[in-house]
Amino acid sequence: MTVAVATTAALALGDDALVLSHRLGEWAGHAPVLEEEVALANIALDLLGQARVLLSMAGDEDELAYLREERAFRNLQLVEQPNGDFAHTVVRQLYFSTYQHLLHARLATGDGPFAPLAAKAVKEVAYHRDHAEQWTLRLGDGTDASHERMQRACEALWRFTGEMFRPVEGLDVDARALETVWLESVTGVLSRATLTVPEGPRSGAWTAGAGRQGVHTEPFGRMLAEMQHLHRSHPGASW
Amino acid sequence: MVTLTALEAELLEVAGAVPDPELPVLTLHELGVLRAVHVRAEDSVEVELTPTYTGCPAIEAMSLDIERALHKHGIRQVSVRTVLSPAWSTDDISAEGRRKLREFGIAPPRARDACEPLLIELGPTRTTDPVRCPHCGSADTELLSRFSSTACKALRRCLSCREPFDHFKEL
Ligand SMILES: [Zn+2]
Repeated sequence: MTVAVATTAALALGDDALVLSHRLGEWAGHAPVLEEEVALANIALDLLGQARVLLSMAGDEDELAYLREERAFRNLQLVEQPNGDFAHTVVRQLYFSTYQHLLHARLATGDGPFAPLAAKAVKEVAYHRDHAEQWTLRLGDGTDASHERMQRACEALWRFTGEMFRPVEGLDVDARALETVWLESVTGVLSRATLTVPEGPRSGAWTAGAGRQGVHTEPFGRMLAEMQHLHRSHPGASW
Repeated sequence: MVTLTALEAELLEVAGAVPDPELPVLTLHELGVLRAVHVRAEDSVEVELTPTYTGCPAIEAMSLDIERALHKHGIRQVSVRTVLSPAWSTDDISAEGRRKLREFGIAPPRARDACEPLLIELGPTRTTDPVRCPHCGSADTELLSRFSSTACKALRRCLSCREPFDHFKEL
């Protein structure tokens, strides 16, 4: 494995973790109940820790996080989607944490460059996945209103899920096999939550797999502006 | 088994006695995060530390505390290195550490082979070994929230004595 190839994959996984961490952090002060506020902050912190390790494999973590332009980010479009209502956030967590858990479980076996991090991350993400699954069950099989919101979120985010299973240079995993297991798991959870598995295509012609190539959706620019503002206005600032 | 020199064993003990910044009832040795101390030159030492969670913010405070303790012990140059592998697990917490946690009101993590792997059987509790209340010892406890004040803890409540308590989650 060449260094450059490992860098491509480290950026992809590191940006996923960084961007989702930032999105979850936006819930601070807004979550429906205090316990949930704490849970989302803890999940965000796990992801931030993973992002720091991954981005450090690719270069200087601060420069990569704060000084890159939008087009240089390699995260999935799924993780940059705005929080929306709580159902939206839960479904985004379900789709992503299931993928991330399955992926890290594979990366943790073997002796590739990501094995040490994956061995830690897989245990952390197991709790994120459990958290998302429990909420999916509770809200999907809850009131009419919660069911409807969950169903809407499932549909809205569905088209971003195909991108997770496009091969990434330097990631030694069978993307097809990963997708099969992911679909099986998500289908199982949604069914038990009395939700309908969306039927639409899992990537749009205009967005297909584009986050990993640096093409992002409109809300991402605004998120980055907020995330990078302080560092860019006060270079080298520290606490 | 790596053989330690007498000095390394001594320094390992000094660094291991540093209290955990978030759970000061535990030492770093009891928490199981101190991996090694290598003497590189006469007064230059390298310490290997492993984080509990990848994003654990306490790791920087731990590093500084270890440096301070070793400086005080007469070591001029101390560098603390973070190592990820092999991954830390709650099984690395010593028996003494578990006892102290319980005494402090935190239910210690269960041995990881005594509870089924977390994933991913949906449904109510799926563990064979119940989490016991650290106050009264009752096995009749329920989960309130999977995430508590820090990533490593869950919030539970005892159904016998009604007290809420933190549970150090198995990892
Ligand atoms: Zn009790």
